[in-house]
Amino acid sequence: MSMDAVFKALADPSRRQLLDRLFARNGQTLNDLCGGLEMSRQAVTKHLGILEEANLIAVQWRGREKLHYLNPVPIFDVADRWIGKFERGRLRALGDLKKNLEREEK
Amino acid sequence: MSDYVYVTYIYTTPQKVWDAITKPEFARRYWVHCNVSDWKPGSRWEHRHGDDSGKVLIDGTVVESDPPRRLVITWTRPDKSKTPSRVTFDIADYAPGLTCLTVTHDQLEHDDAMAASISGGWPKVLSNLKSLLETGKTENIWLTKGKEG
Repeated sequence: MSMDAVFKALADPSRRQLLDRLFARNGQTLNDLCGGLEMSRQAVTKHLGILEEANLIAVQWRGREKLHYLNPVPIFDVADRWIGKFERGRLRALGDLKKNLEREEK
Repeated sequence: MSDYVYVTYIYTTPQKVWDAITKPEFARRYWVHCNVSDWKPGSRWEHRHGDDSGKVLIDGTVVESDPPRRLVITWTRPDKSKTPSRVTFDIADYAPGLTCLTVTHDQLEHDDAMAASISGGWPKVLSNLKSLLETGKTENIWLTKGKEG
C-alpha cells in the first residue's frame, strides 16, 4: 500500500496491460483475464498478486468466483503529491490536445 | 460488467470515516458536495451541492445502515429519468489504526452516463478523503471539471 508498491506495480508492461483490460471491462475473473494473452496463467496470477498488493486492483468474491476490479485510487494519491489544483485544468487541456492531435495523425 | 469497486486504506478510525461520509460539514471539506439524511433504513438521503444553493445533485433511499461499518444507499437522478443504481460503503479495521474503506457502485447497467461520471468521481473523492483524514489538507476536486457526484 506504499507509494513504492504502486510504482513497482506500474513499472511492468504486462501489469499495465492487465489494468488496461480491467479498464476496458471491469470485474473479470482470472480465466477472463488470461483469455487472449500470451502470458501463462501462473504469470497472470503473480502479476495480479502484485497489483492487489499495491491496491491497484480490488477483489470481490461472487460465490466461488473471484472478480478483479481496477482501483485507480492510489494513482490519484500519487498525482495529488505533485499536481497542484491550479495546474490540473491546464494539464488536462494539454492532455486533450495531445490526444486529439495524435488521433488526427493516424 | 457495470460494477465499480474502490478501496482505500486510511490511517484513521472507522467512526471518522463514517462521519466523513454522513456529516455534511465534514463532507464539504473533501467532497465539496455533502450527504444529508438521518441515515435510518428507509429514510431519504440527498447528495447536495456544498455551496449556498444546496442544489440536490443525487438522491435516494437508505437501504441498510450499520454505523460505523456499513451503509447501503440507492443512487438516483433527481429527475428520476433513469433506473437508480446502488452504492455500498464497507468500513473495516484492517490493522491497528488503519481503516479500509470499500465503495461498491453497482446496478449501473441502465445509466451509462452515470457510470462514466462516477468512475471519474469516486477515485478523486476517496483520494481527497484519505488526504484530509491523514494530513488535514484537501483541495477543491471539482474545480477544473464540471459537476460530477
